[in-house]
Amino acid sequence: MDSVAHRLSAVGAAAALELRGVTRMFGALAALTDVTITVRPGERRAVLGSNGAGKTTLFNCITGDFPPSSGTIRFFGEDVTHFPPYERIRRGLRRTYQIPALFPGLTVQDNVYLACRGVSRGRFSFLRPGQNDALMHAADNLVQAVHLSAVKDQRVAELAHGQQRQLEIALALAGAPRFVLFDEPAAGLSPTERAELIEILTSLPAHIGYIIIEHDMDVALRVVESVTMMHNGRIFKEGLPQEIQSDPEVQELYLGGGHE
Amino acid sequence: MSLAHDARVAVRPATMAQRPARTWPEVNNPAAWIVAAILVIMPLIANGFFLIEIFATTLILGVIALSLMFLAGYGGMVSLMQLTIAGFSAYMVAVFGVSGNPNISLGWPWWLAVPMALALATAFGTLGGALAVRTEGIYTIMITLAIGAAFYYFTNQNWAIFNGHTGINTVATPHFWGVNWRADIPFYYIVLAVAALCYFAVEYLSRAPFGLALQGVRDNPRRMAALGFNVNAHRIAAYAFASFVAALAGVLQVWNYRQISPGSVSVGACIDVLIIAVVGGITRPIGPFIGALIFVLLRTFALDFLVRLGLDGNRFRLLIGLGFLAIVFWSSDGVIGLWQRWRQRQGSNAPSSSGGRRHG
Repeated sequence: MDSVAHRLSAVGAAAALELRGVTRMFGALAALTDVTITVRPGERRAVLGSNGAGKTTLFNCITGDFPPSSGTIRFFGEDVTHFPPYERIRRGLRRTYQIPALFPGLTVQDNVYLACRGVSRGRFSFLRPGQNDALMHAADNLVQAVHLSAVKDQRVAELAHGQQRQLEIALALAGAPRFVLFDEPAAGLSPTERAELIEILTSLPAHIGYIIIEHDMDVALRVVESVTMMHNGRIFKEGLPQEIQSDPEVQELYLGGGHE
Repeated sequence: MSLAHDARVAVRPATMAQRPARTWPEVNNPAAWIVAAILVIMPLIANGFFLIEIFATTLILGVIALSLMFLAGYGGMVSLMQLTIAGFSAYMVAVFGVSGNPNISLGWPWWLAVPMALALATAFGTLGGALAVRTEGIYTIMITLAIGAAFYYFTNQNWAIFNGHTGINTVATPHFWGVNWRADIPFYYIVLAVAALCYFAVEYLSRAPFGLALQGVRDNPRRMAALGFNVNAHRIAAYAFASFVAALAGVLQVWNYRQISPGSVSVGACIDVLIIAVVGGITRPIGPFIGALIFVLLRTFALDFLVRLGLDGNRFRLLIGLGFLAIVFWSSDGVIGLWQRWRQRQGSNAPSSSGGRRHG
């Protein structure tokens, strides 16, 4: 009995995301070198670093868009290193893209509906959704949550930039996300839209952890509890937001001269 | 297949007024009802020549082009093998059914030969699709064109099954319930029924999860994978559906001409299907039928017209080519695009907007 209880607790304690020695080569160029990161379930973390530090490549390795050249990736204890992206998504991983990656020919509602459908059964269904279709209601709720109800029947190609960013987030929150990767969600947003974004991020259910890439320290440090600093494809520093902010090396590298 | 099945209508009754246009555009469109009525009473108006040579032929070609429209318009995959799949299906009807070549044909009754042909042609198209989905854009075109060309040369050279360049002649057509279903009027209705079924199936599917996801794959395959979709599986399934549609048209084609030969599956004919779909418009299921009507009318009457002008009648392809160029230059969504813009200009004062209506 004890051993069973022990094993269960071990499973329960599995990290949401565990990268071990992840390296990604593009030809001779190492975009990521020996990256090891562990993120607890529900943990919210910022990844900082100048352009080319490997932040987006890190996301692409985690989601499987680019498989790592070496190293292992575990998602809630399961080795997903060789899984295709859709298998990882179906297990509760989500991501947003730095440049909105939406479906411009479809309406806002259809975009969100697809996101809900992608993580449930019936992806190949030939039947139109019925009157009480649960996914259609879920899509309605998500559209409302990101304040897009007024434009839900418009084609995405007609939306303003800020609205497209909000839709990005809605797509990433469909279904039952367990862990989300936000790639610069605040880029190009107005101050009002930034405030809305912070509100959306801070009001996520506590069990949903995330990693956020964000250049805007005001946004990043208000929505995370830990920070990972990357430089030249390597982990440079990890710590609490205030530690990182006051670290002289980090200031030298990023907050000071590096980012001008 | 009714409006009531679409949640969008029911969820917010307040906005219903603008919804039906997005679910079944035809229901509110008087022109669609008029076209449907004319098609149904056509045998009263048209003689046998028009009924079969013009309208049945248009509908059959339209269904083949519809299968391309489904792949290209919704899935972003330009397949040049749709006519090849139809031709394969036509050959299979001739091979398994009854024909004037008893040493080749197995002599099965049509109700066994047709399902067999549909199943084999769908499998053939799905396999071709499974090869093609590993590529994108121009390489998809090249692979499907290569399959089409290979099939054409194979039928030309294979005598055991495809009877070489002579093909298979005097293919039997169905007779039952005391009706000769290849007689002009019954055959016209069979073709019309199949075409309508395929048209509404594609239209319906465009708003079902499968069709929506296919449009998502067209717009952004990488994001679809990041939403949990297996993009390649979805594309292959789209090929399977489109192959079945093309296979249905193939059965009708072999019954129409009562023979099938390599000339019907030539590379030129494969490209004609692309031209038909593009001229009509590949954004909506009605486009391929409009394109097919233009193509068949030109093919049938341009010859006389050109001869009257003192030109070589065989130059009708020149007319089609010029029309194709004009369409590609001035309206990337084909004749239906021209029509839509004309309507918009006509009704520019009216509040109706067709902005959100693309893709069904």
